[in-house]
Amino acid sequence: MRLKITHKLLLATMLTAGTVSAAELTQLNPAKSQITFVSKQMGVPVDGRFKKFDAKITVDPARPEAGKAQFEIDLASIDTGSDDADSEVKGKSWFNAATFPKATFVSSQVRPLGNNRYEALGKLTIKGTTRDVVAPFSIKQEAGGALFDGSFVLNRLQFKIGEGAWADTATVADEVQVKFKLFVTGASSTR
Amino acid sequence: MRQAQHYTRTAIALHWLMALLIFGAFPLGVYMHELPLSPTKLQLYSYHKWIGITILFAAATRLAWRFSHPAPAMPDMPRWQRIAAHSIHHLLYVLLFAIPISGWLMSSAKGFQTVWFGVIPLPDLLGKDKELGNLLQAVHEALNFALLLLVGAHIAGALKHHFIERDDTLRRMTFRYKGGA
Repeated sequence: MRLKITHKLLLATMLTAGTVSAAELTQLNPAKSQITFVSKQMGVPVDGRFKKFDAKITVDPARPEAGKAQFEIDLASIDTGSDDADSEVKGKSWFNAATFPKATFVSSQVRPLGNNRYEALGKLTIKGTTRDVVAPFSIKQEAGGALFDGSFVLNRLQFKIGEGAWADTATVADEVQVKFKLFVTGASSTR
Repeated sequence: MRQAQHYTRTAIALHWLMALLIFGAFPLGVYMHELPLSPTKLQLYSYHKWIGITILFAAATRLAWRFSHPAPAMPDMPRWQRIAAHSIHHLLYVLLFAIPISGWLMSSAKGFQTVWFGVIPLPDLLGKDKELGNLLQAVHEALNFALLLLVGAHIAGALKHHFIERDDTLRRMTFRYKGGA
């Protein structure tokens, strides 16, 4: 009997230890992270980025399938590469950032693709419209954390980004390549 | 080298093609940059850049042609006029290269690559640099102002030869010109 209990205890201890020892990363390091995009204007790729974004992440780089992530991107922090365009895209026909200040992404599932590649499935909400997106990414373990590097194609018209005259895809293509590099560290690590 | 008696048809065609493109790109450039941002503005910028790069390639073709096919001698005129005409021709050639190149560099510095006809990307010879972009914009504008003056003098000279001296200077830049040969 005694032995059995010891066994049970041992088993329980091991299980607990198993969960606790998992190297969970929870802090996004904004200085080492970036969210950028490439739009095509008259066939010309133009780079842009968002300067302000935040995330609630819980992820073990060894088991990303169990991870969860929730992003908030401050749309007014957009940098399109020109002052003209910066003020234009905050306006009503683009992001309407006054009414819809943030874009959000909430992950629902992470699937392994093999070869250290994964895809995050989730819901992307911009300008009051929510759509399912799938974003493939890779994980690179680095000192103090892990770098999640991926991209996906956003069809801007699905979210009414660029209405009226701007809906013309011959001028600004519908497909916008969104790229993210997110450096996530453990809770104890300083930001 | 033997002095040519007349311009070749290719030289004449390139001259007028150039004139046509410049008379398109110049006012377009002046007009478009004051427009508020709109799809039309993006389109006009692209067209302007496409024409500019076309001018650059046409200028290279023309210069190569000019080296292999010398221009006919100028009619008799005072020495100062000959020097003035030659200087203007040389400067015009310089600007036919300098203006498109300054525009190309300016686009790169401002972060908007030049893609000829939306199909053929030109390399960005400069990285994105806002201040350099603004400087190159000023250079591009100054060179165009110089072009305006030079083209004005060029046209005035041609008209003076045609209507006052009544010589063949302007006529020989036409396809119908038969004289001199």
